[in-house]
Amino acid sequence: MKRTSMLATAAALALALGGCGTSSGDGGDDGGTGSAAQGGFTAPDVPMAEELGDTEGSLSVLAWPGYAEDGSTDTSVDWVTPFEEKTGCQVDVKYFGTSDEAVSLMKSGQYDVVSASGDASLRLVAGGDVAPVNTDLIPNYADVWSFLKDRDWNSVDGQMYGVPHGYGANLLMYNTEEVSPAPTSWSAVFDDASQHAGKVTAYDSPIYIADAALYLSKTQPDLGIEDPYALDEDQLAAAVDLLKKQRENVGEYWSDYLKETQAFKTGDSVVGTTWQVIVNLAQDEKAPVEAILPEEGATGWSDTWMVSSKTEHPNCAYAWMDHIISPEANAAVAEWFGEAPANEKACDLTSEGFCDTYHAGDESYADQIHYWTTPIEQCLDGRTDVQCTTYQDWTQAWTEIKG
Amino acid sequence: MVGQPAPGGGGAASAGVLHRRPRLRLGLLLGPPVLWLGVLYLGSLAALFITSLWTVDAFGGNIQRIWNLDNYRDLATLDVYRTITLRTLATAAAVTVIDALLAFPIALYMAKVASPRAQRLLVVAVLMPLWASYLVKAYAWRGMLATGGPLDSVGLSPGYGLAATVLTLSYLWLPYMILPMYAGLERLPGSLLEASADLGASTATTMRRVVLPVLFPAVVAGSIFTFSLTLGDYIAVKIVGGANQMLGNVVYDSFLTGNNTPFAAAVATIPVAVMLVYLAAVRRTGALDSL
Repeated sequence: MKRTSMLATAAALALALGGCGTSSGDGGDDGGTGSAAQGGFTAPDVPMAEELGDTEGSLSVLAWPGYAEDGSTDTSVDWVTPFEEKTGCQVDVKYFGTSDEAVSLMKSGQYDVVSASGDASLRLVAGGDVAPVNTDLIPNYADVWSFLKDRDWNSVDGQMYGVPHGYGANLLMYNTEEVSPAPTSWSAVFDDASQHAGKVTAYDSPIYIADAALYLSKTQPDLGIEDPYALDEDQLAAAVDLLKKQRENVGEYWSDYLKETQAFKTGDSVVGTTWQVIVNLAQDEKAPVEAILPEEGATGWSDTWMVSSKTEHPNCAYAWMDHIISPEANAAVAEWFGEAPANEKACDLTSEGFCDTYHAGDESYADQIHYWTTPIEQCLDGRTDVQCTTYQDWTQAWTEIKG
Repeated sequence: MVGQPAPGGGGAASAGVLHRRPRLRLGLLLGPPVLWLGVLYLGSLAALFITSLWTVDAFGGNIQRIWNLDNYRDLATLDVYRTITLRTLATAAAVTVIDALLAFPIALYMAKVASPRAQRLLVVAVLMPLWASYLVKAYAWRGMLATGGPLDSVGLSPGYGLAATVLTLSYLWLPYMILPMYAGLERLPGSLLEASADLGASTATTMRRVVLPVLFPAVVAGSIFTFSLTLGDYIAVKIVGGANQMLGNVVYDSFLTGNNTPFAAAVATIPVAVMLVYLAAVRRTGALDSL
């Protein structure tokens, strides 16, 4: 009796396996989205919008927290409602915590536009998840700083895949009561991390490996790291070693900005990477924290609003992309989030000195920030004699670092 | 039994058909649950297993349906996954032991000492935490364990880490251990305890030779809950676990970070395999027979 039931189960399982196996056989290609070709990066063929029509009445936005405020967080911060009134597109916002989450969510095809950072955008392009953007249809695009256009992380072969929105650095935040003297270098979280054992925090994403690579590029020039996103195997191994040493002193990794704010408030974290918006929130809540841009420079983000290749609301999507980089909205986002706006006219509308503080439009300053870029096989620093490690290698390495 | 002629009317006619055809009757009766079990439950497990034999393309993150064992090879050869598996198993075992030890006196009191009225109140009290959201409870523990928080101010907080994870999960799954134990002990007739005392057994002997044999299947039932729930958990670790990760986190991260559904599926088969081994071991002890 027992044997027969076992056999029956086995047979059922075999049938199920066999059935699925055959059905997948003819589904070998993935809906014709194509993929990154071996050796060279070829974007899949996704059609671009040629002209605009009437708005469709609704828009689904996938955004970093703080990028699409409708007054519900703070009644004085609202640039979604004016957009809804102007265009009739009812906005539905979903926040994501990390670029990886954004890429994953965009694959569902449920969102029309996304505020993608440079470590996500090329992955979205390669996956066929976003469409090229016809910048002629976006009047405000003309006012975007030219040094943000046609960059590695937002375009392929000169074709823009979105509109630049804002940029900023990943700063070093510290507790002013616990950490003295005030740090000036990333060594506070690497070589000197043991001074605050168990209270160091780091950003929970494989892209954080670039922070270690940037530090190594200054402290161990022999490794020859030119670009923290272009690491060959040896360079990646060095960065991984550094991060494994750091791991011994890490209290927790953060990806949720609320969690980091709370940890700095209670003192469970005293030093680690942060964004300006988190510094602002923590200081609002009376946490004794300051943030600096360390002497080695920093990694950072340069965000681009992209439109889904599966969108059913292209007109609302284009209206949103135009609205979000309009001087008014761009200034409001930049001040609320704590980043440099992409639209140069936005600086006339921000509070006095704001654009100077964030070095908005300062090309040489912007060059010191190493913007998140998806690591790919062809080395981004131009080396052709070696193969660079890919984001997937980094992902695997990140699991090993955390242990 | 001879089928009676249907006295007209559709409903009665179909009832007659059902009556005359026992196989059809049986099919209709068992069909839905078998479909549920076979298609949805075993089917999803099979889908999981199949997915784990695929890979994703390195960059775009789209699934490539090419059969291979790469994911399992990575799991077997990279040390980090063995460490994480062992850590997860140790956490699950610790949570189970702690819950069993905490639940025993509570269940014993509920089943054998409390008045019927108090018994009902206690059952409600044990069930009550299950009505609150998991996340609220986990974040409450984050607050409890924080530096300067309630536990820290009396010098008891282990800080965020594995100890905090075990503590939080033990709290979360405790009702799942108490209830089966309570049900098990309630079935134990009071007269057996009296008889044991009459025959001169000490309390310890009664516990060992009367209560524990009755309790054992209940503990096993409870441990299946606490053990398997802990094996799959990733949220509590994220909230109070500091920098640690468990199998669930690897699944979550592979899925979200790497967009690597096949690898996530391969990792997810580990808890499934562990539970199969666990259930087989439990079955050998005979604990499942009396459930």
